[in-house]
Amino acid sequence: MRNVTTAEAGGAPGAAEAEAAAAAAGEVRAGTGDLVVVQGLEKVFTVRRRVPGRGRLRRERQRVRAVDGISFRVARGEMVGYIGPNGAGKSTTIKMLTGILTPSGGRIRVAGIDPSRERTRLARRMGVVFGQRTTLWWDLPLRDSYALVRRMYRVPQARFRANLERCMELLDLEPLMDVPVRQLSLGQRMRGDIAAALLHDPEVLYLDEPTIGLDVVSKAKVRGFLRELNTERGTTVLLTTHDLSDIEQLCRRVVVIDHGRLMYDGTLSGLHRRGRSERTLVVDLERETEPIGIPGARTVRVEGPRQWLAFPAEASAAPLVAQIAEGYPLADLSVREPEIEEVIARMYARGGRADG
Amino acid sequence: MAELAGRTVDGIRAYGLIVAMWVRSTMTYRASFLVTMAGHGLATALDFVAILIMFTHVETLGGFGVAEVALLYGTTSLSLGLADLLLGNMDRLGARIRDGTLDTLLVRPVPVFAQLAADRFALRRLGRVTQGLLVLAWSLTRLDLDWSPGRALLLVVMVVSGGAIFGSLFALGGAFQFWAQDAAEAQNSFTYGGSTLLQYPPTIFAKDLVRGVTFVVPLAFVNWLPALRLLGRDDPLGLPGWVDLLSPVVAAAMCGLTALVWRAGVRSYRSTGS
Repeated sequence: MRNVTTAEAGGAPGAAEAEAAAAAAGEVRAGTGDLVVVQGLEKVFTVRRRVPGRGRLRRERQRVRAVDGISFRVARGEMVGYIGPNGAGKSTTIKMLTGILTPSGGRIRVAGIDPSRERTRLARRMGVVFGQRTTLWWDLPLRDSYALVRRMYRVPQARFRANLERCMELLDLEPLMDVPVRQLSLGQRMRGDIAAALLHDPEVLYLDEPTIGLDVVSKAKVRGFLRELNTERGTTVLLTTHDLSDIEQLCRRVVVIDHGRLMYDGTLSGLHRRGRSERTLVVDLERETEPIGIPGARTVRVEGPRQWLAFPAEASAAPLVAQIAEGYPLADLSVREPEIEEVIARMYARGGRADG
Repeated sequence: MAELAGRTVDGIRAYGLIVAMWVRSTMTYRASFLVTMAGHGLATALDFVAILIMFTHVETLGGFGVAEVALLYGTTSLSLGLADLLLGNMDRLGARIRDGTLDTLLVRPVPVFAQLAADRFALRRLGRVTQGLLVLAWSLTRLDLDWSPGRALLLVVMVVSGGAIFGSLFALGGAFQFWAQDAAEAQNSFTYGGSTLLQYPPTIFAKDLVRGVTFVVPLAFVNWLPALRLLGRDDPLGLPGWVDLLSPVVAAAMCGLTALVWRAGVRSYRSTGS
């Protein structure tokens, strides 16, 4: 069972606090509703580097803690965003959850299975989509790839047909079925990959950067499909991303990691509050005016008829827009979400101040 | 043990599935398949023609007549052809580790070895198998051997064991890429290079080389030792007669070694994620 308030205690970046949070999480008894249980997970890589020594090159081993004592639980039917800047340890965590990598320490259970020990058994019960590389066969049309997936996972014919038809309809795959994967665009391929990961009715779906590099239309289609999958089918979804709007539209819960440590576990609005993050309203006026002055927002930049206004991320943009439209010759506007790196940087800054 | 058997069955089943799919997909371009297959066959056929031309200038090579050399050529070519057909794509492992696509194989519910071995299965490689068979058949008609059930069995066991030894070398070459991603070149020198060596009689090579391929990389068991027995000749190293019959034992040992190295390789990948 997820518990936002206790889990949020792990948000502060101090080593002692993180350890305390891990210990606290460890004490929580495994609830029956938990599909994924991660306790004190660690992954240490040994990297060999050449360092210039006296006279000749010396090789030095360096230990890198990619994942450093992470604990969290995901209940059945939850949809969780797992976010963090590049190199934070997101993909390494996913690789350990799927059994690709063996943890250096800590404990993982997915549907009661230890992924690294029973990788192939778990494989039948999970779906994985890697944003950057396809799990489909590069030279084969989608239709053949799916037929092969069906046989590999031993999916009964009737169920396979029903699942495939549903995916084809919702992901708009019908016209792509006979095209070799290598000829598909990134967005088409991603949709094809998502369908392939769901043909065997997995209990949990991992998506590693599912919207990276996608155009707006494909992004919307993928998000709509995932939402439907989660609500209609109750499939548990864990997705990594560094696009906060993915989280905004899909997940009620977000887990943030940075430098291999858990920084935050809770709601997205809570994250914004904690990070005091701000969204930006980009306003295009019909002509140059003095800087806009309205309560609830501050003007941070003026460039001719275009102005940038920052306002708290959890606040609604609607009243601000109304005020601007009333007092200024408004031509166009857009809202920019804060970057995840920025939110995390602010969390650090705030944590630093709070600790004195 | 039961688990191992289960995994083996799973692996063979998955291998069959992937192979069947590749064959079907190649067959959609039937004309192109036939042309590449013919090209492959022609290229390997010319290889044997070179040996025939040599024999228009000499009567024997290292004491071996043309039919005897053809027996050596046919058996090694057939063994290598079978191994190449079944496992020839193992050398792509290094590339898959580099571009990260090995991960996509690790999340499927079937053994990675089967998936890699069957990847891009190319039926055109039957070209070499066919050529080896033809050369072998031709040599047998010319040799006038005194056939007995034992001899026939020895011939079959020789080809199968040879295929297993070459197959182990392909797989070992693949497994080493878990540690060194460019190991494919070294593997090629043992398999394709080794086969070229085995096409000729052992008597024309230095004793140290023959010792090397007997005791270090056991290529001599692919065809030299059993073929010498078949031809009623003694081996240049003067080994006891029963050594000639050890091919299946050597092949099994090689397969066992390969399985261990492979497991260690997968384990090392999964703990380092290189």
